[in-house]
Amino acid sequence: MHLAYPAVLAALLFCTGLYGVLARRNAILVLMSVELMLNAVNLNLVAFDVWLRDTLHAGQALTLFTIAIAAAEIGIGLAIVLMVYRNRGTADIDRLRDTAEGHEPAPTTDAAPTADRATGAAA
Amino acid sequence: MSALTLAAGADPGFLSPTGVEIAFVLVGIATLGAALVSVTTKQLVHAALWLVVTLGGIAVEYLLLTAEFIAWVQVLIYVGSVVVLLLFGLMLTRAPIGRSPDADSGNRWAALAVALASAAALVWVVVDAFRTTWIDLDGPAQGSTKVSGEILFRHWVLPFEALSVLLLAALVGAIVLSRQSPADAPAGPDAPAGPGASAGSDKEHR
Amino acid sequence: MSTTTLAVLVPLLPFLGAVAGLLLGRTAPGFVRPLALLPTLAAAALAVTVAVRQGGGKAVDAATELTPTGSVPVELALHLDGFAVLAAVLVGIVATCVQLYSTAYLREDPRYPSYAALVSLFTSAMLLVVYSGDLMVLLVGWEIMGICSYFLVGHYWETEAARSASLKAFLVTKLGDVPFLIGMFALAADAGSFRITKILGAVAAGGLDHPTLIALLLLAGVAGKSAQFPLHTWLPDAMAGPTPVSALIHAATMVAAGVYFIARLLPVFTASAAALVVMAVMAAVTMVGSALAALAQDDIKRVLAYSTIGQLGYMTGALAVADRGAAVFHLLSHGFFKALLFLGAGAVIHAAGTNSLTAMSRMGGLTRRIPDAFWTMTVALLALAALPPFAGFFSKEAVLVAAEQAAAGHSELAPTAAGWTVLTAGVLTALLTAAYATRLWLMAFRGTGEPAPDHGRQPVAMTGVLWVLAVPTVAFGLASDVIGDWFDGGQFLPTLLTSVLGTGAALLGAVLTYGLWQRASAPAPRVPAGTAATAATPGTAGTPRSGETAQVPAARPVADPGRTLLGPLHPHAAAGFHLDACYAALFVRPVQAAAGLVRFLDREVVDTYVRGAGTGTRLLGTLVRRAQTGNVQTYLSALLAGTVVLAVAVAVLANVNAGS
Repeated sequence: MHLAYPAVLAALLFCTGLYGVLARRNAILVLMSVELMLNAVNLNLVAFDVWLRDTLHAGQALTLFTIAIAAAEIGIGLAIVLMVYRNRGTADIDRLRDTAEGHEPAPTTDAAPTADRATGAAA
Repeated sequence: MSALTLAAGADPGFLSPTGVEIAFVLVGIATLGAALVSVTTKQLVHAALWLVVTLGGIAVEYLLLTAEFIAWVQVLIYVGSVVVLLLFGLMLTRAPIGRSPDADSGNRWAALAVALASAAALVWVVVDAFRTTWIDLDGPAQGSTKVSGEILFRHWVLPFEALSVLLLAALVGAIVLSRQSPADAPAGPDAPAGPGASAGSDKEHR
Repeated sequence: MSTTTLAVLVPLLPFLGAVAGLLLGRTAPGFVRPLALLPTLAAAALAVTVAVRQGGGKAVDAATELTPTGSVPVELALHLDGFAVLAAVLVGIVATCVQLYSTAYLREDPRYPSYAALVSLFTSAMLLVVYSGDLMVLLVGWEIMGICSYFLVGHYWETEAARSASLKAFLVTKLGDVPFLIGMFALAADAGSFRITKILGAVAAGGLDHPTLIALLLLAGVAGKSAQFPLHTWLPDAMAGPTPVSALIHAATMVAAGVYFIARLLPVFTASAAALVVMAVMAAVTMVGSALAALAQDDIKRVLAYSTIGQLGYMTGALAVADRGAAVFHLLSHGFFKALLFLGAGAVIHAAGTNSLTAMSRMGGLTRRIPDAFWTMTVALLALAALPPFAGFFSKEAVLVAAEQAAAGHSELAPTAAGWTVLTAGVLTALLTAAYATRLWLMAFRGTGEPAPDHGRQPVAMTGVLWVLAVPTVAFGLASDVIGDWFDGGQFLPTLLTSVLGTGAALLGAVLTYGLWQRASAPAPRVPAGTAATAATPGTAGTPRSGETAQVPAARPVADPGRTLLGPLHPHAAAGFHLDACYAALFVRPVQAAAGLVRFLDREVVDTYVRGAGTGTRLLGTLVRRAQTGNVQTYLSALLAGTVVLAVAVAVLANVNAGS
C-alpha cells in the first residue's frame, strides 16, 4: 500500500479537526475536534510504524499512550467545561472573554484562568 | 529502510491499486466525510454521533494497516467511552436538541482559511515526500495483540507505568474540578448536580 | 629628614588633620581642638624649618610621576625657591594664629568641628599651591581652596546673606577659573609640560606661541581669585563668614594665591607687554576704586575687605612692573598685618556687639574694654597706612620703587606706561589708604557716648594671637634688606623720592581725615543717654552680623570724615560703585531672560514633541488593542496562520535550495 494514502488521510483529518477547533462555538464540540486531531496523529503514527517495521514498534506504543492521554485530556477538559458552565451558565467559547482588553474583572475570580486552561487543553 | 529500498525497486504506481488500497481509500473517504459533517453540522448531538462514525472508520483503517490491537483499543476507548463522555457533557451543559443556528462562531471564515491553507501545505509536503513510498503489508501482522503485548511490557514498561500515574492525576484533577464546594453550592441556579461523579467514574473505569 | 620630605609633610599634616577632624568631629569632640591646632602648628614649624634649610639659595626641585597621563605628563612636583618657602611660612603662621584664635572665637559654635577641619583643609590646599611645582597639582589646591572658601563663607548658612555670599564667592571665582583652566592648558600645550620649571625654560627659550592670549586667560583666573577688578565683588560680601575666616582666607592667603601664581609664572606674563599694561590698568583701577569704596563703608569688616582688595592691587601693580620680589614682599607683610587687622576687628566686634562703625562711634570706652585689640590694631593700621617704620611702609616702598624704576624706563621688562600707571595710582591710593585707616581708627576707638557693654576679659587665645601677629607687623620691614637675597637677589631699600611721595601722601590723608573728623565732631551736641543705646545689641558677640548694618536711628549726626571727604561720591562708593547693579543688568538679567526663553522652548516646543510621542504611541496602542478581543479562537487562528506561513516558507525554501 502506498504510504501516501494514510499520510494524506491523516493530514486531511487533522485539518478538519483544526477547522473544528477554530470554528466551533460550543466548548464540547471543540473538544470533539481536538479528538479528531489526535486521531489523525495516531493514524500517522501507526502508518509510519508499519512502514518502517520498527522492532520496538515505537509508533504503536506511542499511539497507545496518546489514546490514554487523550482519554485523560477529555476527562479534565469536560470537567473544566462543566465548571465553566456551572459558573457562567454557558459553554460558548466566544463568550468567555475575560482576557479582552478593557474587560472589567469578572465577578468570580477563577473564571479567567479557567477559560485559559480550557483553551490550553484544546490547543 | 528495507521497505524503502524494496519500494524503490518496484513501484507499483497509483493507477493499479491493490484490493487493500481500494478498501483503504473508500473507508478513508467515508471517514473524512463523517469528520467533515461532524465539524460542520448544526445539531450538536449529531456531531457526536458523526464522530463515532469517524472514529470507527479510523479503527477500520488501523485494521487495514494490520494494527489490530490498536484498532480494538480505538473502538473500546474512543467509541465506547470518550464519545459517551462527550454525550454526557453535551447533556449536562444543556445542549439544545435539534438545529442550533449558532453552532459556529464568527471565526469560521478565518478558521476555514487557516484550515485550508494548512491542509494544502500538509498535503503538498506529504505527497511530495512520500509519493513513491510503499508499505509492505505482507508477512506477519505487525500489530497483533501478541506483538503489542510483548513490546509494551518488554520495552515500554516504564512509560506505561508513568502513564498510569498520569491517569491517576487526571482522575484526581477531574474530581477536584467538578466537585461542588460547599461555598459555591448555591451559586449556580441552573448548575446540574454531580456531573463530576460520572466523569470521574468513567475515568476510573478506563 | 631631607628638605623634600619635610616639604611634603607641610601640606600633608593639615590635610590629615582635616580628615581626622571631619571623621572624629561628631564622635570625639574633645579631640577637635588639638586636631585643628597641632597639625597646623607642626606644619608651620616645618615650613620654618624648610625655609631655614632652603635659605633663599638654589631652588629645590623634586618630582615623581604617579601614573602616565598621555602627551603632557602630570607630576607630583615640588619647587622650593625663596618665594615658596617664605609664602609657606606666612601661611603656616597665619593659619596657626587663626586656628588658635578660632578656638576662643567660635567656642560656642555647634559647627566648630567642621569649621576647624575646613580651615585645616584650606591651609593644606594653600600650602600645596605654594609648594607645588606642577600646574595641575597647583590647580588641585587652587580649587580645593575655592570650595573651602565657599563652605566657610557660608558657615552661618542660616542667614540669607551668608548663603548668597557663599554662592557669589563660588560663582565669581569659578567665572575666573574657566579661562584660567583654558589658559593653563594652552600654556602646557605650548610648553609641552605642566612643570613650572620646564614652562619657564620654554618661555626663556621663546617657545611660547601665544603669550598675550595665555597671559590674559591666566589673568582672568587670578583676577577672580585675588579679587581684582572687575571680579572683586565677591570679596566684600564674603565678610558674611566668621571673622577668623576672613582673616585667613580673604586677607592673608587665598586671595594672595593669585598674586603668588603670577609671581611664579612672571616670565610668562612679561613675555607680553600688552598683558603687563592690562595688568597695570587693572591694578590701578582696583587700588583707587577699592580705596574710595573703603572710605565709604560702614561695616568694619567691609572696610577691611576693600582695603584687602586695594593692597592686592598693589601686589598686582608690582607684578605689572615685573618686580615679583616686591609683590611677594608686600604679600608677606600684608598677610601679617591684614590678618592682625581682621582678628583685631573680630575682637572689636566681639566687644562692641556690632559691625557698624557708626554704632561704634556712638560708643565710648571701647579702648578700655579691649586694650590689646586697640594697641595691636593701631599698629596694624599704621602699617596699613604705610607709615615708617612699620612693615607696610617697606613693602609698599618696594612696590613704589619698582613702579618708579619702570616709569623711568630703567626696567628692561616692564613697559613705561605700566610703570606710570602703577606709580600714579599707588601714590593716590597711599593717600586714600591712610585716610580710611585713620577713619576706621577714629570711628572705632574714638567714639563718645554710652560706654560699651562689658563682656569681660577677652580670652588669652584671642589677645595673645594679636600680640604674636603684631611682632612681624612692626618688625618685618626691618628684614627688607635681608629678604632681597631670598627673592631674585633684589634690594628693597626705600629710595628718597618714593619715600617722600608715599609717606607724604599717607600723612596728608591721615591729617586731612583727622581734621575733618575734628571739625565734624566738635559741635556735636551731647545726646541724652538712652538714644544711643542702639549699639547695645547684646547677643553672642561671636556672631557678627553681616552685610549692611541696620540703620541706626539718627539721634545725632555721626562724625564721619569719609562722608565729607568723598562728597557727592559717597553714596556711589558705599554701594561699591554699583558694580553689582551693573552685573545684574549686564549678566543676570540677560541670563534670566535666556533661561525664561529656554523654559518656554522646553515647555511649549520640546514638550510638544514629547507629548506627541506619547499620544502617537497611545493611538497606535488603541488600534492594536482592537485585536485583543478576548476570543481565544481568534488568537489561535492567528497563531496557526502564522505557523502555516512559516512552515510553507520553510518548505519552499527547502525546495528551492534542493533544486538549485
